[in-house]
Amino acid sequence: MFHWLEKNPFFFAVGVFVVIAFAGLIEILPNFAEASRPVVGLKPYTVLELAGKNIYKKDHCIACHSQLIRPFKAETDRYGQYSLSGEYAYDRPFLWGSKRTGPDLHRVGNYRTTDWHENHMWDPKSVVPQSIMPAYKHYFTNIADIETAYAEAVTVKKVFRTPYGDEFKPTKEAWEAHKPSVLAEAKAIVDDMKNKDVKEAVANGQIPEIVALIAYLNRLK
Amino acid sequence: MKQIVILFVFLSIIFIEKDYNILDINNFWLRIKIINIIFYKGVCMQSHAALEYDYSVAKLFTYTTILFGFLGMLIGTLIAAQLAFPELNYLMGEYGTFSRLRPLHTNIVIYGFTVSGVFATFYYSAQRVLKVSMAESRFLMFVGKLQFVLYVILALAMVASLLMGFSSSKEYAEMEWPLDILTVLVWVLWGVAMFGLIGMRREKSLYISLWYFIACFLGVAMLYLFNNMEVPTYFASGGLGSVMHSVSMYAGTNDALVQWWWGHNAVAFVFTVPIIAMIYYFLPKESGQAIYSYKLSLLSFWGLMFVYLWAGSHHLLWSTVPDWMQSMGSVFSVVLILPSWGSAINMLLTMKGEWNQLTENPLIKFMVLASTFYMLSTLEGPIQAIKSVNAIAHFTDWIPGHVHDGVLGWVAFMVMASLFHMAPRMYKREIYSKKLMEAQFWLQITAVVLYFTSMWIAGITQGMMWRAVDEYGNLMYSFIDTVAVLNPYYTIRALAGVLYLTGFLMFAYNMYKTMTASRKLEAEPQFRSPMA
Repeated sequence: MFHWLEKNPFFFAVGVFVVIAFAGLIEILPNFAEASRPVVGLKPYTVLELAGKNIYKKDHCIACHSQLIRPFKAETDRYGQYSLSGEYAYDRPFLWGSKRTGPDLHRVGNYRTTDWHENHMWDPKSVVPQSIMPAYKHYFTNIADIETAYAEAVTVKKVFRTPYGDEFKPTKEAWEAHKPSVLAEAKAIVDDMKNKDVKEAVANGQIPEIVALIAYLNRLK
Repeated sequence: MKQIVILFVFLSIIFIEKDYNILDINNFWLRIKIINIIFYKGVCMQSHAALEYDYSVAKLFTYTTILFGFLGMLIGTLIAAQLAFPELNYLMGEYGTFSRLRPLHTNIVIYGFTVSGVFATFYYSAQRVLKVSMAESRFLMFVGKLQFVLYVILALAMVASLLMGFSSSKEYAEMEWPLDILTVLVWVLWGVAMFGLIGMRREKSLYISLWYFIACFLGVAMLYLFNNMEVPTYFASGGLGSVMHSVSMYAGTNDALVQWWWGHNAVAFVFTVPIIAMIYYFLPKESGQAIYSYKLSLLSFWGLMFVYLWAGSHHLLWSTVPDWMQSMGSVFSVVLILPSWGSAINMLLTMKGEWNQLTENPLIKFMVLASTFYMLSTLEGPIQAIKSVNAIAHFTDWIPGHVHDGVLGWVAFMVMASLFHMAPRMYKREIYSKKLMEAQFWLQITAVVLYFTSMWIAGITQGMMWRAVDEYGNLMYSFIDTVAVLNPYYTIRALAGVLYLTGFLMFAYNMYKTMTASRKLEAEPQFRSPMA
């Protein structure tokens, strides 16, 4: 049979494909049939949090930080309750990471505060003297892309039926109407911050990246 | 589960042993066949005297292999140094942080360096094992060159977009959706060239290397398509926000499963399968020895195809993926030792009785060492996939350590050795310097050993410190203690990076001189590559 296959490239290729696709059928499909269901009380990310999540993605925080607490005592002592599948139901993509050069962040919102993050992002060594994490000072001046985050919320509502409210519509007008609530959420965070440039930007209706990122990190609980 | 593993091991051992016996007694004709396939040209010189192979596409991809190899390793060395000396994060403002550069490093060495090397060796060896020349078909020549042009555009766009922060944040699949579409195009063109050449072939049987190239083509195509299914938000939201942005079709645990189905098998179908294709072609060609066993090649090829895909979920042990999938991933990872070692042993036994070549020819040294590192890393991987070991190893530096003994010791060594073998045949000149090659070999070996030993120690140290408790059951170390302790190992690793990069520069220089300034050859060398 093998000799015959080696002389018939088409059937050889088909054979290879069947053999490699087999495992996917058995391992992946059952999990999809039983798609992730949100845990009770889980809310979709707000637009500001999504913008923060996009900064987390853009700067590849997963290169050093995981978001997956494994069911070991050493991990639950350090980070809190182990992670449940349903907690990730609105994570597209998942951000578990594969390396902990820094600590896990899945429940960082439980034990770090807005001002801690502000100090830490400006200069990590100011709060953790031995830290090897770089400072992200540009987050304090770069303006977050809130419109793209809104577009994402609308997209997942439309395509994946993520439970956002009826006001999330794919139009410019709906976006303009939603803007003030994003700004209000940002203002609540900025109240706990001290950086003057950030306060000024938000007062002028612009949201620096650091505010969106902190909104996202505070949400991780 | 235990029983299944034992059964698998048991059956496979019988198969291999049977294979040896048959081969020793009455499998002689199979060897003749293999010899014919590999050395067909030598045997039938007269009948195909007019066949001149055309290396223009292979040469183009050789240049990008060297270019992206240098770039990827340079960034790798820089980010290794950043972990030991954090001040190095501020060389390029927001574009120079570890987090921004790390995906750049992985993408350039995978899709720039390795994939270029795969294309270069394919366009070189496929013509030879199929006994057709690219020059015989204007269409295929056009496809090959178009593929190269699009590939270069893609690679440059990848570098630029990752630097700018356009990333889907799925490891080794970071490119955003427009680049994904371009990737599919490049890949399809490669498929056209591959099956086009096969369609024109004079040699009826496909040689082993081609099995692996075909598998590489199909496997990557399937996995890449599924893992990169994403919805561009700009179009779904009626034109709001960034055009580049997209959301994954899968959420949470489902996404993780698809991602590591891809992630692990990118390792299989980019870092393993086409590299085995290279060694099956270049080791016999360089040494003048026929492949030791056809049956062992069969077993390891079909075994690898079947088993590899199951093992993806070993990246998700102790996660929220269903338990039975984790166990499957763990078990099949251990089973994977058989087909992996099957190939490696086949290579080592090919050198049986010819070990003196190891002292005479540095190219053989590169290849034999590559297959040895392949054995090391395919044993190490399954060990890490055992659940209890994984509990310590996962999330630590042992994992990058494991990856790098594979990619530095196996992938990069094999790619460089293949290009060294191709150079005298493509440029009709002898290799510029044997001494330089020897020096490069020892320098890079030192680098690999320093790299993985330091990361083994770092990983196990950190894994143990994370879980250490005092007599009252409280955690002994804060997280930052476990980071600070790693500094010496990060420094050693950065040093290893510098050594390996220096070795790669020696390789690049040697290749450049071979192309331009070396002594010209009258006739194509039969086996051993001539070197000054």
